[in-house]
Amino acid sequence: MSDNNSKLSNSDHLEFEEKVADLDRQMNELRRLSSIKGIDYSAEIRRLQKTQVAELKRIYSKLTAWQTVQVARHPKRPLLTDYLNLMVKDFRELHGDKCFGDDRAIITGLGQIGRERVLVVGQNKGRTTKEKIACNFGCANPEGYRKAIAKMKFAEKYNIPVVTLIDTPGAYPGIGAEERGQAQAIAANLMEMSCLKVPIVCVCIGEGGSGGALGIGVGDRLAMLEFAYYSVISPEGCAAILWRDGAQAPDAAEALKLTSKKLYKLGLVDAVIPEPLGGAHRNVHDTVYNVERYIVKTLAGLKRTKIDNLLENRYKKLRSIGEDTAATIYKKTRPAQDRVKAALEAIPKPKPVPAKV
Amino acid sequence: MVKEVKNKWNGFSLKPRKEMPEGLWMRCPSCEHMLYKSAVEENLNVCPECNHHFRIDATTRIKYLVDEDSFQQVLGDLTTNDPLGFKFRGTTYKQRIKDDEKKSGAKEAMQIGKAFIKGRGVVLGVMEPNFLMGSMGFVVGEKFCAAVDKAMEDKLPLVVVSCSGGARMHEGVVSLGQMAKTSAALAKLNKAGGLFISVLTDPTTGGVTASFAMLGDVTIAEPGALIGFAGPRTIAETIKVELPDGFQTAEFMLEHGFVDMIVHRKDLRSEIARLIDYCRK
Repeated sequence: MSDNNSKLSNSDHLEFEEKVADLDRQMNELRRLSSIKGIDYSAEIRRLQKTQVAELKRIYSKLTAWQTVQVARHPKRPLLTDYLNLMVKDFRELHGDKCFGDDRAIITGLGQIGRERVLVVGQNKGRTTKEKIACNFGCANPEGYRKAIAKMKFAEKYNIPVVTLIDTPGAYPGIGAEERGQAQAIAANLMEMSCLKVPIVCVCIGEGGSGGALGIGVGDRLAMLEFAYYSVISPEGCAAILWRDGAQAPDAAEALKLTSKKLYKLGLVDAVIPEPLGGAHRNVHDTVYNVERYIVKTLAGLKRTKIDNLLENRYKKLRSIGEDTAATIYKKTRPAQDRVKAALEAIPKPKPVPAKV
Repeated sequence: MVKEVKNKWNGFSLKPRKEMPEGLWMRCPSCEHMLYKSAVEENLNVCPECNHHFRIDATTRIKYLVDEDSFQQVLGDLTTNDPLGFKFRGTTYKQRIKDDEKKSGAKEAMQIGKAFIKGRGVVLGVMEPNFLMGSMGFVVGEKFCAAVDKAMEDKLPLVVVSCSGGARMHEGVVSLGQMAKTSAALAKLNKAGGLFISVLTDPTTGGVTASFAMLGDVTIAEPGALIGFAGPRTIAETIKVELPDGFQTAEFMLEHGFVDMIVHRKDLRSEIARLIDYCRK
């Protein structure tokens, strides 16, 4: 598995990492020279490494929204398969929605994370071209969502918590997908997941593309990796509609506030899982470890909660989406006040205890 | 070789121009017939020639659907406060809301309230296509949930007429969250045994279809309405294939099993009333 952590090749540097790539090139040159001529350049290499780390820190401490999107789409970014290999022990995949087919863009199966047996539902983008085509570049079809909810219902029966790993550009917009009811499949998932009687932890590990991501993203907790993004529409799509020019995607990304930090500030995401320096693709093991630690910790907390309270809290959490931000105006409107009053009246008054004879 | 110019310009034509006088006539986009506007309006905004259902705003829809003057709106002045501070192309989301408010006379993309349909009490929600394409942001989500609460509280059937372009991108993930929120509210209604009749009109796409619009106990569609998840243009651009005729229409959805019935606008009242009668406990 060490090849997972292999050094990035020069072509894997993003456009805003020019300096880092340059330093990499210099270091490689020195290494080559020292191996050919037998001169010891280790002091120089160490110095260059230090500069590189400082440079990475500088770049990644203030990534713009559009740069974050690029990191989230990095070709070497850890994918679902990496998480399944490194985090889930004894994974047993469960195929098929038992209705139409087996969508490779959503993978479901039983396994163990930490000491907890869980059902893992994750979106798979594929690394090689062949894999990518097999799983439709991570764009799920309706059968994928139906498979996900079918397996979740199964997990509910045996009280197995659900962990979902979100990584998709969006649900697939195709003729077949529409014919088989993409919208209905996602809608049904939202409804069923909102009242599934087991804990659900959702982690966005890369791209969180609109309804496609939400289709497996309703749960008790929603966490995001630091440089993942989660958005109602792809920045390109938003730019094409509102700016009438797809090339304005960087502006759209900024306006959509799709980064983990901004969403956390808005109260739309429960936690931000830190990534190693320079993004998840620079250290797959550490990334997966961070995600695993978050899942283990969160599941332990959720398992302590009574299931009725868990569902009540989940409903409250979903119901209050956007309420914090609109609270000020909401309070001013009369009907809202009336509703609060009505809610207070609806609380059953304690029954008088019959006096003991 | 000089080609002969076929259409020589012979000065101004003296023939009367075939343009319609502003405001009196309209052209049906489906059958291309010239229609007298008031005749169309009398016909519930349906083309008398080809039954093309024109888009209508929420107020007109309510007028057609409920018993006279029986609609009592609630949460009418709920407005968004722009959670993201969204700016685009030199304007802002707030400005856009103001413009659309002026243009459509509506305060938000949905109206909810209690009403009577042929004497049956219902909680009614109607979406407004002229307000930011009827898109769902915080306010629409909140109003929908309030309608669900009201329906549960008063044990009334819930009727929602959807007409929307999807989630409102100006509100980012807040509007995405409304999809989960409305679906969760419907799960509660389901548990309580409430009836939800979802009426899909032209157009119902995106985040609205992928949440409450498709979760009706009974799903009714208007003839020829565009219903789908991704918009037809997005699909055509993504897969680079010409879309088949009648793709994503109400008839298409009926054929593929996602709509219970297609009902003409003039029959909508009686059909809803009948369904409510069948489903009473």
